[in-house]
Amino acid sequence: MATALKLKELYKKEDRLTSGHRLCAGCAAPIIVRQILTAIDEPVVLSNATGCLEVSTTIYPYTAWQVPWIHTAFETAASTISGVEAMYRSLVKQGKLEERNFKFVAFGGDGGTYDIGIQALSGMLERGHRALYVCYNNEAYMNTGIQRSGATPLGAWTTTSPVGKVIPGKPRPRKDLTAIAAAHDIPYAAQASPHNWRDLMRKVRKAVAADGPSFLNVLSSCNRGWRHPTDIAIEISRLAAETCYWPLYEVEDGEWKLTYRPKKKLPIEEFLQPQGRFRHLFREENKHVLEELRAQVDRKWRQLLKRCGEEE
Amino acid sequence: MSRFEAMDGNTATAEGMRQINPDVVAAYPITPQTSTVQTFSQFVADGEVDTEFIRVESEHSAMAACIGASAAGGRVMTATSANGLALMWEMVYIAASNRAPIVMTVVNRALSGPINIHCDHSDSMGTRDAGWIQLFGENPQEAYDNAIQAVRIAEHEDVLLPVMSMYDGFITSHSLERVQIEDGEAVRDFVGPFTAHDSLLDVDNPVTYGPLDFYDFYMEHKRQQVEAMKYAKRVIPEVAADFEKHFGRRYGFFDEYRLDDAELALVVLSSTAGTARSVVDSLRAQGLKVGLLKPRVFRPFPAEELADALRDKTAVGVMDRSDSFGALGGPLFVELSAALKIWGVPAKIVDYVFGLGGRDTTPAQIESVFRDLAEIAETGEIKQLVTYLGVRE
Repeated sequence: MATALKLKELYKKEDRLTSGHRLCAGCAAPIIVRQILTAIDEPVVLSNATGCLEVSTTIYPYTAWQVPWIHTAFETAASTISGVEAMYRSLVKQGKLEERNFKFVAFGGDGGTYDIGIQALSGMLERGHRALYVCYNNEAYMNTGIQRSGATPLGAWTTTSPVGKVIPGKPRPRKDLTAIAAAHDIPYAAQASPHNWRDLMRKVRKAVAADGPSFLNVLSSCNRGWRHPTDIAIEISRLAAETCYWPLYEVEDGEWKLTYRPKKKLPIEEFLQPQGRFRHLFREENKHVLEELRAQVDRKWRQLLKRCGEEE
Repeated sequence: MSRFEAMDGNTATAEGMRQINPDVVAAYPITPQTSTVQTFSQFVADGEVDTEFIRVESEHSAMAACIGASAAGGRVMTATSANGLALMWEMVYIAASNRAPIVMTVVNRALSGPINIHCDHSDSMGTRDAGWIQLFGENPQEAYDNAIQAVRIAEHEDVLLPVMSMYDGFITSHSLERVQIEDGEAVRDFVGPFTAHDSLLDVDNPVTYGPLDFYDFYMEHKRQQVEAMKYAKRVIPEVAADFEKHFGRRYGFFDEYRLDDAELALVVLSSTAGTARSVVDSLRAQGLKVGLLKPRVFRPFPAEELADALRDKTAVGVMDRSDSFGALGGPLFVELSAALKIWGVPAKIVDYVFGLGGRDTTPAQIESVFRDLAEIAETGEIKQLVTYLGVRE
C-alpha cells in the first residue's frame, strides 16, 4: 500500500536526502529531490550528473544521501543509470539478486540534460531502460556561475548572454526538451514544479510505475542566477505555472494531458518582474524582446492546449 | 576438453567473452573491433550467455554504463578501438579511479586524424596514464588468453583496477590462426565467481560513488591507485602461473626469443614480434648474436625486470608503433630508456617508429634495425636516436 499523498503521512517518512548539504539557502533543487524521493516508497538507486546537486551533497568524506548514489561525469547521468539498471536486470534474471522492485532515478541539471547529456538521455530513452530521468531545470549553468544553456529563455541575462550595448540577453528561445523526450515514444514524460507538490509527486509515482523509461522536467528556481530574493522559490514557481511560462502537463503513452490549467492566465510580467535576469526587458529599448518572449510563451501554450485537446 | 580452431582475434575474444559470461556488456561498434560485438550479439540473441548487452549510442556512454554496471556489483566487459577509445577518454580515467574491475578489449587502430582504420598503438598508448592495466597480445591465442587472465587480474582484491587487453587491428583481429579454445567449464572455473564490493544494489547498506574530492583527499586517492598498480605487478605473474597450471600456456611480463646470449636486442610489441622472430632466426644463421624481447605488460611497466633482461646487451633497438610528438621518441623507447638508465644498464638504445596507420613492416626493415644495432655496437656511436621506418622523408 503506497503512502497516501498527504502531508500528515508523508512527513513520517525518513529523508533520503538529509540536511547538512551545502546547497544555497532558498535553492529549489533539494526541495524537488526530497519531494521525488518521498513520493517513492520502493528502494531507490540514484545517478547524478555533475552539477550543483552533486557537488553540494557529496563533499568527501561526507554524503547527504541515505540511498545508493553514483556520480560519474557531467553528461553521464543517463548512461550510468542505464548500466546500473542493466546490472540489476542481469543479476535478478540469473537469480543472483532478489527482485525487490527497485526504482532507478537519474538527476541532472539543465546543462547536463538539455545540452551535454542529451545524447546519453536519448540513448537511455530509446533503449527502454526502466529508469526515471529527472531534469531539475534552473535554466542555466548555475554551478559554474550562471552561463546560458539550451534551457535559458529568450532575453534572459546570464554571464555568457550578458546584456550589452548591442545584444540584450539571450537571442534564442529555449528548446522544448519535454516534447523531445516524449517524442521518443516512452511510457511517461511530464513537466512539473515544486509549488504544486501533489501534482509533482503523482507524476513521480506514474513515472516509476511505468514499464520503461520516463522523463520529468521540473522547473527549479535558482535565486543566485535568477536574481530574486532567497525566500520566493516556491512563489516564483507558482507564477511560472500561472503565467503559462511553465505549464504542468504529462504525456502518458502518447496521450497529452494538462494537469493544471490556471483559472485566469496571468500576464508574463508577473513571472518576469521579480527576477533580475529579466530586468532589462522592462527598459523601453528592449520592449520588443519582452513582446517576443510573450508571443512565444503564448504560442507554446496554444500549441500545448491543442495537443491536450483543450479549448483555448 | 580443449579444442583447436581456426579463429581470428575478434572471434577468439568473443568466444572468451562467451565462456566468461559477464553480467553486463556495454559496447558500440567501431572498426576493427566490430566483429567482436557482432559475434557476441549473436551469443546474446541465441541465449548462450546470461549477459545483459547494452547497445549504447556512443563509446562515451559505453564506458559510463560499464562504470554504473560495475558499481552495481557484477562482472562487466566491453571492447573498442581508436576513436572509440578517444571518445570515452574522460570515462576511462573515471573507471580506474572508481576502482571498477572492467575488462576492455582494445583492438589497436590509429587515431584520427587523418582518419585511418588500420593498426598502430596510438589509441591505447594515449591512455597509458589513465590508471588501467595494459596487456598487449601478439596473436588470436594471446588475445583469448589475455582476456581470460584480465578478469582475474582486474578483480583481485588487492588490485581492483580495470584492464585493457590489446591486439593489432586487422593483423590480429581479422587473421585466421590456430587457436586452442579451452573447455567453457574450465574457463569459468579459472575466472571464478564475481565478488561484489560495496554494491550500489545493496540498498540496505547505501554507498555514495563518485563524490567531490578536494585537495584534502584527492591526492591520497591517487596514491591508492599507485599502490594498486604495485600490487598488480605481483598479481599478474600469480594469475599467469595459475593459468599455466590450468591450460599449459606460459605468460610473463614479457616474452624472450633467443635473447639469453644475444648482444643486440630488439624490443617490439604485439604482432610485429612474429615477423621479428623469423628475422632473428635468419640473422642467427648468419652468425649475428641477435634476440627479441616482446613486452606483454605495459602498465604496470615492468621496468626493473626489463632492465635485468637487457643488462648484458650491447645495443637495444626499440620499435614503437606510435609516436609521442615532441618527446624523445615513442612511449616504449622513452620508458625503457629511463629503466636502463636507472638500473644501470650500459646498453646503447635507439628508437624506430614504424607501422603508423597500418604501414606494412617488412623483414628487410627489421633486418636494417639489427644492422644499425651492429654498427652501434661496433662503433659505440649513435648516429640517429629516432628513425622512422619505411617513410618517405
